[in-house]
Amino acid sequence: MQWETVIGLEVHVQLATRSKIFSGASTAFGAEPNTQACAVDLGLPGVLPVLNEAAVAMAVKFGLAIHAEIPEVSVFDRKNYFYPDLPKGYQTSQMYQPIVGAGVVEITLEDGTTKPIRVHHAHLEEDAGKSLHEDFHGMTGVDLNRAGTPLLEIVSEPDMRSAKEAAAYLKAIHSIVTYLGISDGNMAEGSMRCDVNVSVRPKDQEAFGTRAEIKNVNSFRFVERAIAFEVERQIELLEDGGKVIQETRLFDPDRDETRSMRTKEEANDYRYFPCPDLLPVVLDQAYIDHLRDNLPELPAEKRARFESELGLSAYDASVLSATREMADYFEEVKDVCGDAKQAANWVQGELAGALNREGLAIADSPVSAHQLGELIARVIDDTINGKAAKQVFQALWNGQGAKADDVIEAQGLKQVTDTGAIEAMIDQVIADSPAQVAQYRDAEPEKRGKMIGYFVGQVMKASRGTANPQQVNQLLKQKLDALC
Amino acid sequence: MHDKTLAELARSLDAGEFSSRELTQHLLGRIDRLDGELNCFITVTFDQALAAADAADKSRAAGKAGPLTGLPLALKDIFCTRDVRTTAGSRMLDNFISPYDATVVEKLATAGTVSLGKTNMDEFAMGSSNENSHYGPVKNPWDLAAVPGGSSGGSAAAVAAGLVPAAIGTDTGGSIRQPAAFCGITGLKPTYGRVSRYGMIAYASSLDQAGPMARTAEDCALLLSAMAGHDLHDSTCVARGVPDYTEELDTPLAGLKIGLPREYFGDGLAPEVEAAMRDAVKAFESLGASVREVSLPHTHYAIPAYYVIAPAEASSNLSRYDGVRFGHRCDSPSDLIDLYKRSRAEGFGDEVKRRILIGTHTLSEGFFDAYYKKAQQVRRLIRQDFLDAFEEVDVLMGPASPTPAFDLGAKKDPVSMYLQDIYTIAINLAGIPGMSVPAGFVGNRPVGLQILGNHFAEARLLNVAHQFQQATDWHRHRPAFAEENA
Repeated sequence: MQWETVIGLEVHVQLATRSKIFSGASTAFGAEPNTQACAVDLGLPGVLPVLNEAAVAMAVKFGLAIHAEIPEVSVFDRKNYFYPDLPKGYQTSQMYQPIVGAGVVEITLEDGTTKPIRVHHAHLEEDAGKSLHEDFHGMTGVDLNRAGTPLLEIVSEPDMRSAKEAAAYLKAIHSIVTYLGISDGNMAEGSMRCDVNVSVRPKDQEAFGTRAEIKNVNSFRFVERAIAFEVERQIELLEDGGKVIQETRLFDPDRDETRSMRTKEEANDYRYFPCPDLLPVVLDQAYIDHLRDNLPELPAEKRARFESELGLSAYDASVLSATREMADYFEEVKDVCGDAKQAANWVQGELAGALNREGLAIADSPVSAHQLGELIARVIDDTINGKAAKQVFQALWNGQGAKADDVIEAQGLKQVTDTGAIEAMIDQVIADSPAQVAQYRDAEPEKRGKMIGYFVGQVMKASRGTANPQQVNQLLKQKLDALC
Repeated sequence: MHDKTLAELARSLDAGEFSSRELTQHLLGRIDRLDGELNCFITVTFDQALAAADAADKSRAAGKAGPLTGLPLALKDIFCTRDVRTTAGSRMLDNFISPYDATVVEKLATAGTVSLGKTNMDEFAMGSSNENSHYGPVKNPWDLAAVPGGSSGGSAAAVAAGLVPAAIGTDTGGSIRQPAAFCGITGLKPTYGRVSRYGMIAYASSLDQAGPMARTAEDCALLLSAMAGHDLHDSTCVARGVPDYTEELDTPLAGLKIGLPREYFGDGLAPEVEAAMRDAVKAFESLGASVREVSLPHTHYAIPAYYVIAPAEASSNLSRYDGVRFGHRCDSPSDLIDLYKRSRAEGFGDEVKRRILIGTHTLSEGFFDAYYKKAQQVRRLIRQDFLDAFEEVDVLMGPASPTPAFDLGAKKDPVSMYLQDIYTIAINLAGIPGMSVPAGFVGNRPVGLQILGNHFAEARLLNVAHQFQQATDWHRHRPAFAEENA
């Protein structure tokens, strides 16, 4: 049977506010355990929450970025359950009236095509603390530094049909929140985590199959792997005549499998009710308009502009707009060198390769966008040839020179375009290669094209790479053909 | 000294008749002698009180005394106090010392008051007789066989017994007004949002409100002026200017329109209490007020609505007492669930457990709409009843409680205890302010007149109560217990 996969994602994004969503304690990552938890975060008797306006603004910005409706009134609810890292015995969240209504996120697939994924809603809530099970001799330690960190939970519709689409959606969310500057998007530090709802159904069936929810998947790669495993598990189960049960599962990246955590029957009754300690959030239109007017250019808009105004391919536009850092870098390179296509080729080619080799993010590139732009400008104005340009790039990467021009000067890489000088080198090479010249002369005329490569190489070598390759080619051909 | 009102004590301190230290020592002495019998205090802060009195005397000598400087009071043990344990009347918090002061505590300290200690109360403010305290019941100084009312029973009894001239209570369904009535003192529950709840241990967050309990309306006005006001730590505390509540006390009542809710004078009201109410109303008429009957048609839904909403909020508010970070923890738990179960089973008393169970049930999937949502709808209707009534009249009056104080141990059935709050509970649901002022006796047990006003009409309420106290002397009666032990 042909099966179709149906996927919905709940993405939790930690918002980059300085203080917590309901208290003044810092949200900085990595502090000593329990040093960033105040009386409110500890849930001490008598404390009350006060909403952080910055978190509201960030949530609304996200809503505007995905063209969602922003309701005038949203309400915080309590989600009640007991857990040691949940100090109050309830999580303050938004169940019935979330801050962001229905919206759409456009994803780009590998072939460059796009697909809209609907967002059901996004709501604000507080993060819990962390339970630490190691180093406590069989006991559990609790670190409440994270408790009260603002989260935006973005709930998609079940619109994704493959692990690749799910990963693309997660990347699109990542790109939107980092563009907006509302999250650092650092998945390794838990700034973005997601719960994946997966089900399968026969290809032409309309009704959804029973879904399993995979909790707390925290990397793009894990999302794909967890889905791949889960889809296979469900299909196998169904094809063997079994049934998928609605349950919560955990992904184990070490074993590359998902495991049952609890079934629907064991699920908590969270007893949601409106939090009486917080007033409803009422947003006036002027506030929303102000945030809208100050939104940065978003990935989809940038991608469209890269295509239409800069003439980039859909693929290039998508890659170069994927993160704000990437887009900013590319745009500076382009502005300095004046050629979008060259800039795109360099950023995705030489630069991306070097970054990958060293495992660096673009923000940490040793070659600045300005340096790279100047380097490309020297290729465009024929000061250096492509080969030399790569040498210059490597030198800049290694810190051997502050500017491309300095490196070109110091290493004598300036391209030789003087016909007389090139001719002299050609004459020397021809004189030094009688055997090859003889072969060339004896060959069928149509095979000579390939044989010329040897001579080009020799001349380039003689010029230490600085001769203009087109000129070398042209002059060599004339001279060799004259010998035939 | 222990007979005087706050206003009188302030004048004596100003006149140098005695110092705050002398006053404080005198009252601490009385507490030491008498509270063994009454059990008004859970914790008495002898040393801190004397230090605060000395500081007050110093600032008075420096000419920096405000209206409350050097005046002693007591705090219901529901207000978090740094360095002094805060139990909320529960075994759960027997060992709890808050690292911060409640906003009310801070404001009263800033005003120069001297706290003598933390008063007894029904556990987590759940009760109407003070019999639900882990620290034992409080006796009513008017009749040691009677309850003082609850949940602020310790505060009310301490004032009535002359252990302290004033105390701070909290009122979620009548917990200031009913004990004030039972103990023959004056108590005010302000408008919801008038006084910060930060640092006041939550029972039912949408209903809880702190207020003053004292001998006179004037004293309540002095205290409310210091307690009220916006607090950045409490989103439900209203950003609205705080008047000097003593300023309007002397406004004559001529032209005052009083409404008597028909529903507050029906079945279940003791005839002697009703007679006291009628006498009080006559006194107001002689002061120039006009009286008419009004209706609050949804009154009989108030208790059911309250016993859905309050336990629902309580079940969530009390989840933090889990034995993990503070409070009672059972011995050698075998695992996490055992830790939760035993810590909570041992830490909470029966009434608290009952309300947690009720609240957990009404919020459960499948029951939420029928209970919680419906109760919130009823709550809006109750509120509307009052708003409609205040279109017609300035204040409403009626009994604070259907009977005077009942005997200790008399009410074993929780529902009969819940019905005690029949006249007070709707006021919290509506969020309006209400007072109880002494208005007579049934035998040796006091009767309280309840006066209700529209949202933020505290100044008017205090004015009405003060004028009543200028015309009557019920508030000047002292229990024999206090006089014998003078």
